[in-house]
Order: sequence, then C-alpha cells, then structure tokens
Amino acid sequence: MYAVELKEVSKHFGSVTAVNRLSLRIADGEFFSLLGPSGCGKTTTLRLIAGFEMPSAGEIFIGGNEQGYLPANRRPVNTVFQHYALFPHMSVAQNVAFGLEMSGVPRREIQRRVGEALEMVHLSGLGNRKPGQLSGGQQQRVALARALVNRPKVLLLDEPLGALDLKLRKAMQVELKALQHQVGITFIYVTHDQEEALTMSDRIGVMHKGSLLQVGSPQEVYEAPQTRFVSDFIGDTNHLDGLVTGLANGEAAVQIRGAQQPVRALTVNGVRLGQQVTVAFRPEKVLLDRQAQPDGNTLAGRVVDVVYTGSSTTYLVRLQDGQQVMARQQNAAVSPQMRFQSGDLVTLSWPVHACKAFAE
Amino acid sequence: MSARSFPRSSTWARWSARLSSFSLSSYGFLSYLFLYLPILILVVFSFNDSRSVTQWAGFSTRWYGEMLADDQVILALWNSLFVAGVSTLISTVLGTLAAVAMERYRFAGRLAVDALLYLPIIIPDIAMAIMLLIFFNQSGLGFEPWRLELFGLRLAVPYSVIIGHVAFNISFVAVVVRARLAQMDPTLEEAASDLYANSWQTFWRVTLPLMMPGIVGGALLAFTLSLDDFVITFFTSGAGFNTLPVRVFGMIKKGVTPKINAVSTLMLAFSLLLVFVSLFARRGEKNPAGELGV
Ligand SMILES: Nc1ncnc2c1ncn2[C@@H]1O[C@H](COP(=O)(O)OP(=O)(O)OP(=O)(O)O)[C@@H](O)[C@H]1O
Ligand SMILES: [Mg+2]
Repeated sequence: MYAVELKEVSKHFGSVTAVNRLSLRIADGEFFSLLGPSGCGKTTTLRLIAGFEMPSAGEIFIGGNEQGYLPANRRPVNTVFQHYALFPHMSVAQNVAFGLEMSGVPRREIQRRVGEALEMVHLSGLGNRKPGQLSGGQQQRVALARALVNRPKVLLLDEPLGALDLKLRKAMQVELKALQHQVGITFIYVTHDQEEALTMSDRIGVMHKGSLLQVGSPQEVYEAPQTRFVSDFIGDTNHLDGLVTGLANGEAAVQIRGAQQPVRALTVNGVRLGQQVTVAFRPEKVLLDRQAQPDGNTLAGRVVDVVYTGSSTTYLVRLQDGQQVMARQQNAAVSPQMRFQSGDLVTLSWPVHACKAFAE
Repeated sequence: MSARSFPRSSTWARWSARLSSFSLSSYGFLSYLFLYLPILILVVFSFNDSRSVTQWAGFSTRWYGEMLADDQVILALWNSLFVAGVSTLISTVLGTLAAVAMERYRFAGRLAVDALLYLPIIIPDIAMAIMLLIFFNQSGLGFEPWRLELFGLRLAVPYSVIIGHVAFNISFVAVVVRARLAQMDPTLEEAASDLYANSWQTFWRVTLPLMMPGIVGGALLAFTLSLDDFVITFFTSGAGFNTLPVRVFGMIKKGVTPKINAVSTLMLAFSLLLVFVSLFARRGEKNPAGELGV
C-alpha cells in the first residue's frame, strides 16, 4: 500500500491545464520532492492531494483510500504553507493546538502534545508569543509544529523554505530532513530549487507543463536524465548540437560542426542515424588541458571567460563553430600550470559514459 | 512683467517661491476655514447669553439647560439613539454576511448583486427616501410604531424608519467589511480547514475574529450615519415621530434660537466621539481613516 497514489490525475482551470494526466506512487515514510520550474503545476498537485482543489479527472488515494470529493478537513494530511499562514490573532501555542482541538482531543492531552511539538522544533518558552513577534525562521518552525502535532499520514510542504535567507535555508534543510527521519511521516515537498531537492529527497519527481517527466532517486535524476529538459533543469549542463553519423552498442557518434572527430555519447530515447541531436554532459566531468587526452571525447577551443567561485573555477570555452562549453575544476586538486586565462587555447576532454545524446 | 526687468533674478525666484508657497498654504487654510468656520460659529453661539444668534452677549450654559428641560428634545434624542442602535445591529449582521458572500463565494448573478449592493450609497438620499415612502404606502406595511418603554420614557418608533435605516446602512457596512476581507489572506481559511475545521468552525474561529476590526468600523459608521440622517427618517416616519435632526428641523420653522445651536453641538459631539472610537478600534491597521471615509 502506498501513502499517496495518484492515478491519471488532471486539473484544468478554464483553458489552462495545470496538471496533465499525472500518475504517481509515494511509499510510506518517503521524502518525496516535486521539482519543476515556476508554473509547472507543483502547487496545484499538492492542493489536489490536500483537498483544496478537486481533480477534473483521475483518482487520488491516501493510505489506500480513494479521496473523491472529500473536503480538506476530512483528509489525513496536513500542509505547511509557503508563507506559513499562521493565525495572527492566536498565540503560538493556540496555533499549534488548533488541529487537535478541531479533532476533539481532550484538553490535557492537547496541552502535553503542544508542549512536545514546540520542544521538537526548539520553540519551548515561546508558546505565548503572537506569530507577528517571531522571526521568519521561527514562524516556519511553528508552521511545522502546527502540522506535525496532528501526526498526519502525509505532510505536504509547499516551498516551505522559500522565504528564508540562504544560510537559514541550508540549516533548515538539514533540520527538516532529520525531523522527517525522527517522526517517520511521509513528506511531499514542493520546490523549484534543484539543489534543495537533491540534498533532501529519497526520490524526486521532475515536473514540466503539468506532467511528470521523470521520477527517481537524486542520483538517477542527476546522473541519468531521460530527457533534455531534466538534464537541463537539474544542475548545470553543457549542450552541443550535432548530427548522428554512427550508431553502435547504445552509443552514437555525433559530428559537431567544425570538430575534427565526432563526439561519442550514450543514446537515450530512440536516436536515429542522420538525426539532429543534442549532446549533454556536466561541466565537472570536463577536463581542461593543453593537449588532447588519449581516450574519451575531445574538442579544441579557446577560453573566453574564467569565473572563480571559491572551491572551484568555471571556464567558459568557445569551440570553432561558436558553441560554448562550461568546464568546472576543483581548485584544490589542480596544479598551477593547469590554470588558464581568457584567450588560452585548450583541449576539452570528457568520458563517453558521462555524455548523452537526446533526440529533440 | 517679465523676469528680465529684475536684474537679481535669483532674489526674484526666491521671493516668488516664498510667495507661492505662502499662497498655497493660505489656500489650505482658507479651505479649512470654509469647512469649519460655520461649525465654530455654531458651537460658540450655543454658549451665548442672549436670545440672539448674531450678537455675542457673554458666556452662558443656559441654552443647554433649556435643551435638557425640553421633553420633546429628550424624547427625540432617545428616538435617535434607539433607531441608530437597532438599525446598526441589524445592518451590521446583514452587511457582514453580504460582504462574506461577495468576497468568498462565487455564485450565479454575483456581479448583479454586487452592483445592487452599492446602489444605496450612490443614489441621492431623497430618491431613496421617496422610494421607501412609496413602498411603505403601497405595500400596506404603513408606519406602524413599535411601542416600548425605555428608562421611563414611552417610545413609539415606526418600524418603517428602522427598515429605512437598515436599507442604506447594509451597503456601508458591507463596503467596510469587504475592504477588510479583501486584505485578508485566504490561505488562513485554507489552513483552518487543513487543520480539520469545518466551514462553521473556520468562520467562527478564523474568519470572524480577523474581520472584527472591519465589522466594528462598519457598525460605527452605520451608527453615525443613522444618527445624522434626516431625509430618510423624515419620509419614512409618518406623522409625529421625531429623531433629533427631525426635531431640530421642526424647531427652526418656529425661529432660530441658540437652543438649536446647543442641540446641534450635542449631535456634533456625538459624531466626533464615534469617529474617534472607530479610529481607536481600528488602530494598527494601515490607513484606517482612508477606509472610514468611504
Ligand atoms: N486558481 C487558478 N485559476 C487559474 N489558473 C490557475 C489557478 N491556479 C493555478 N493556475 C495555473 O496553473 C498553472 C500551474 O500553477 P501552479 O501554482 O501549480 O504552479 P507552480 O508549479 O506551483 O509554480 P510556482 O513555482 O510559481 O509556485 C499555472 O499556469 C497557473 O497560472
Ligand atoms: Mg507554487
């Protein structure tokens, strides 16, 4: 049995299709992230599960039960809203107690559980404050406590860290993940930050225009993207356009205009001979040198920009035909004669297994 | 006169700037004078120790004494307060419900209802008064009074007056409450239902408390408008029923005395008090005065 299952769920707003025949199974206790660009339908999917919107088509199951048109207050899920949505006229403790009161838990037990929940998010002693008297990070914790105190089957989180600054955000990521481990509740986490999704999730679902493009572990999604969109959206990626001149053993030979020899790449989805394709590979897989490496792919180019970012340096290299490639090197691992400047002639090399050809 | 005839043009510019800023501030001063001079005169002459309302003859509170001794004025005062109180109560409940319906629900004909709700604010009082008069006449509802005893006074307040006041106050309450609702984050209500509250619990525990400043503001506005109303009361009261403004009108027909000034000053004080209470009740909100002056 799955914690949450969506079967062919669609949602239309007038002529806009926000969610398009989306099917998804999320296991008990899983930390699942929905990742995608703005407007791809992440929030709508979450709202469909929570019961704030009703699907135009398809079925939603929570804990094996079909939800149908069940309203939000009768679904065993709780939500952490992007802007917290704390009740401003109630104290922190009253906010956290609200769900328990509504479900008729005895007063004594409410008091005990509210205390425990506030302790869990390190807010003991702030129970009498109003939400307006708390910092953004503290409000975030109250929102978490208010949802978790009800021990829902599933916790839905809509960009819960979106309003926090970078440093607090990183700290909360770690804390949130630890909390999820501790309570063992299924988390469905919406974000458009791919780094956040990669560091926190057991599995990631990448959405685009209302559809799920790929579902998999962070490694799978990062290392083995199935479409150009996924490869592009998750992490930095180089894309080179070329023509397929040979096919063998799941590899394609792709001729980049102006290059001396074709680039070899793993084929993903039905690449045909003579087709125009995109070759994709990560900047950190690319080695920069003054001469060609013995095996793998090599291309020659000229450095046009150098961006130093502390732990690593990113080089922008222009090829003969004008296409550009990013190469990222860890600064600690690089000897001084392997540092380059704008205008240097260099050779780019990267392994075939880290390179994919997508037909568009 | 061209600027060239002034060799020290910078001095000229400075003076002209001073002049224009002086004339601007004096325009402001004049418009305030225009607004408040009559009121000031009214208040000052209510303390005049003479029958004359044009010649000052020393300070006295005798007209206030006469006012309090006039049973007709006292009765009118209680009538005013009673009509304002009851109509405010009814119109606050109905106006709030209308505001919630408009702001939170989508239903067929919503746009038409929306436009109709504002009609009493827009149409002239006199038109509304005549419509109500015809309505009470034709429908046979008439001007039957509600008889009751209040602090030893026998009041006879026509239902038609209360209904008339409710009719225009609903719109004002609805507008003020709606402005408040529109500012409210609708995800708060979603959060309540996410935390297992049904629609009623959501309304009582979340929507209503958050609307409260708007409701209080709307109620105070309704109370003030009701106290100040002359036209609608005059046309819907049948014969022999006086609220304070109607009573003042009746007194003026027999000649202006400083007693009228005293009554008017009393009404003015009431209205001012209500405005301050309402500003106080809605403190902490952004731009509270802006919404009050609908
Ligand atoms: N209530 C609504 N009425 C009409 N269109 C809507 C409504 N809610 C969402 N949409 C549309 O559905 C699409 C998906 O919206 P959604 O809010 O789910 O995106 P999202 O992935 O959460 O984006 P973001 O990252 O910006 O929050 C958008 O095109 C949006 O304009
Ligand atoms: Mg969203």
